Amino acid sequence: MGIEPVRSDMAIQEVEDGYLSDSAVHSSIAEILERVSKPPNMVAERDKDLYEQLLVIVNPLTRKKNLDEEILFATALKALSGVVYKISTIYHASLLRNIFSMCIWDYGLDTRTALLELIANLAVVPDKFLEDSLEMLVRNFQPPERMCGYICQTRWRGERKRINGQLHETLCSITHLVPLAPFKLKGILHRMMPTFRTRKALLVTFVECMLGLESNEIGEYLSSTLLSMVVDLLVDLDVNITWEDILKEDHNRSIFDMEVEDLENNAENNSVGSQIVCRKGEGFGDLKYNMTDKLDCVMVIVCEHIKSSACDGRLVKIFETLIESFLKTVLNAHKSKFSQFIFFYACSLDPEICGLKFAILLTDIFVSKTEDPISRMSAIAYVASFLSRARFISSAVVSSIVKRLVEWCYDFCYVQASTERIKNPRGHRLFYAGCQAVMYILCFRMRLLMDIPELKEILFNLPLEAILCHPLDPLRVCLPTIVQEFLRQAMAAHLLKKPFLSCDPNDLLESEFSKAFGGVERLDMFFPFDPYLLKQSDRFMRPNFEFWSMVKKTYSNFNSDDDFDDLDPESADEGSHDGLDDEELVDEDGEDDLGCSMNNMSITPRPVFEMATASGGSIPIPSRMPARIRPSVSPI
Amino acid sequence: MEGLMVSDANLTVYIHPSMANKIRGAILSQLSSLLFKYDEMFEGVLLAYQVDGRSRSARILPGLVPHIGVKLRASLLLFSPKPNMFIEGKVVKLGRESVHATVLGFSSAAIMLEDIRAEFKYKTRDGVGTFTSRYNKHHLIKVGSIIRFIVKSLDEEMLHISGSLVPPNTGCINWLSKHEVDDASQKERGIKRNRANGVEENALEQDPSFFHSSKRSRSHKD
Repeated sequence: MGIEPVRSDMAIQEVEDGYLSDSAVHSSIAEILERVSKPPNMVAERDKDLYEQLLVIVNPLTRKKNLDEEILFATALKALSGVVYKISTIYHASLLRNIFSMCIWDYGLDTRTALLELIANLAVVPDKFLEDSLEMLVRNFQPPERMCGYICQTRWRGERKRINGQLHETLCSITHLVPLAPFKLKGILHRMMPTFRTRKALLVTFVECMLGLESNEIGEYLSSTLLSMVVDLLVDLDVNITWEDILKEDHNRSIFDMEVEDLENNAENNSVGSQIVCRKGEGFGDLKYNMTDKLDCVMVIVCEHIKSSACDGRLVKIFETLIESFLKTVLNAHKSKFSQFIFFYACSLDPEICGLKFAILLTDIFVSKTEDPISRMSAIAYVASFLSRARFISSAVVSSIVKRLVEWCYDFCYVQASTERIKNPRGHRLFYAGCQAVMYILCFRMRLLMDIPELKEILFNLPLEAILCHPLDPLRVCLPTIVQEFLRQAMAAHLLKKPFLSCDPNDLLESEFSKAFGGVERLDMFFPFDPYLLKQSDRFMRPNFEFWSMVKKTYSNFNSDDDFDDLDPESADEGSHDGLDDEELVDEDGEDDLGCSMNNMSITPRPVFEMATASGGSIPIPSRMPARIRPSVSPI
Repeated sequence: MEGLMVSDANLTVYIHPSMANKIRGAILSQLSSLLFKYDEMFEGVLLAYQVDGRSRSARILPGLVPHIGVKLRASLLLFSPKPNMFIEGKVVKLGRESVHATVLGFSSAAIMLEDIRAEFKYKTRDGVGTFTSRYNKHHLIKVGSIIRFIVKSLDEEMLHISGSLVPPNTGCINWLSKHEVDDASQKERGIKRNRANGVEENALEQDPSFFHSSKRSRSHKD
């Protein structure tokens, strides 16, 4: 085992002397191993000493001071990989412990290659070292603690890529020989996956390495596990950022204190055998981490991975697995804020297949009778937000889904709930959520739909008025801001013929109803694809994202050839004081004006809204999103 | 090749009430979860299954979660290697000290130098390593050849087989299939074998219905 035939031949041809001395080392090491393979009291003193010397050479704790030492070390490793079948778990436990606790980040390229070859050879010895070998490799997915400070710097990028490449290669060669190794690897990855509390540098390198695994041979077996683990991590990070943190974000960085016990556990896990870096003495400044920053970096890695797999033509396959974990974790995560954007990004790379699939799947969940109501509520929130914000989704798709939703609503109020004639926000929350979604989508898309004659016709044939006038009275229950904007646009486009009472802004304040239908989770106010606030990963989302300020409304900016120029004067007046329409187009590159583009189409729970309703009577203050998270001042 | 057999099994599959409206899918996913794993109940690895028939009635079992017990008959293709069985595998790596093979594409086997009989000598020609017989130069093992070996020991969890090429009727299957019949009289046959030659075995491998079926009755809990 061990030295590949091709290699040894090359060695013979190129450096004959070197090869001979190597072979001498090989045989002497084999001899030492054999001599100590007996009960300790039967081993001769001299052999014991030789074995001790071997342990000193193969020691993870002593840093190699000079080239000679490193070469000696590499030679010993090569020799050991030639005689792995002589290594016994009983008699050479200390040697094995040393080998398995090594950190490949400590060594140069040659030594690393030798070490990984040894590990690969150990892994394929039947019935002995597979688990330890895989565990050692997975542990090396992240650098040792002491490298945290600088490992993310760009000059280390190449080195990181090289090390990841070597790890992947080793894992692949093990899989080639032990086809069931990925099953074992799955368990180990689950066990060693860093949590959201882990330091940023470690987390980022681990996720990077893990996703790299997805794109090679092992991905065939583990693709779904790897992706779902990453999505779980994203959700974990996400739910640990609260809206309060974001709201006060502007000047104060949201800093999360890390529990000391957790750090200690991590330090132990990450550096088993190597120097346990004790950070307690270094002050608690180091213990504070920025969750948003971590999430931001992981989002960048995941988006880059999705992008690269799209280039390889594997996007549709990856999307399948992503969707699975979306349904399992993200959909029902209570108001997840950012992690859902990886689906947005994946859809934007292939709108025809992935985007369509995502929209249809969510609509199916909403319409399905067997899904539980919470899932259906979140699904409708996702549909509404996705169709409004995703610029890449064609108007035809939007119109067909709106049609489906309207038909469902009509069916609900005239067929299923025909006996009940009273407003019951809680009981009919799915209906109200459906209506709100239709209105929300139309606020963003009405103008675009109107521009295409066929779609316009479809829209005009929808029984919208019948639903809105139904005694269940969705206009009084759905969020007032959305209702108001919808009515304004619909009137301008002559979509609605009758004047609606609710056009009066004072009538729209019954948000108590909307609170009731949203339930304690306030799903009435859940808009998953509201403007993305993470700084570094924003570049992936922004080009395909529809900001409210860029939406063409039916009542403004008419071209001369437009057929809506007979604008309802009443609604125009209204518009002048509700602060909705006079936003100017945001300069896409400007960061500072982003804040003013977040207006009340991005609705997020916040105290302002409740205050407005509590004071009673005044016009609701358009809810505003915080400008943007500035997660970290320090460079990566 | 030994170790493969088809068993008729009477199984009871316990299905979660949430799957009550898709019983067939639930049965299949339950059985699929057993694939490629060593199961003590079957004393082997389930490679394939076919549901032959299920009873029309299913019992609802009392308990905290009232699972539905569905009785069914299935034929299972099992792989259960035991020590001293002859099995075959494809060589994927070959070095001075060891030969690595995969059996049936999923189980890995390693044969260490000490378990390779002295007849085989390691040679490299054009950078490609081979184990060549001293007595017959056409009998050689290289990467890609199918070898027959005996099972020395087995890690059941990982299906990692430690094999041996010590018995004389082991080696490259191509060569053995041509020469085994002639030489059989001269070779000691220490281990009980009931197969004639490798050619027929290959045919067996193609058609599972050839296998002798052993009737077994097992029940399975989820």
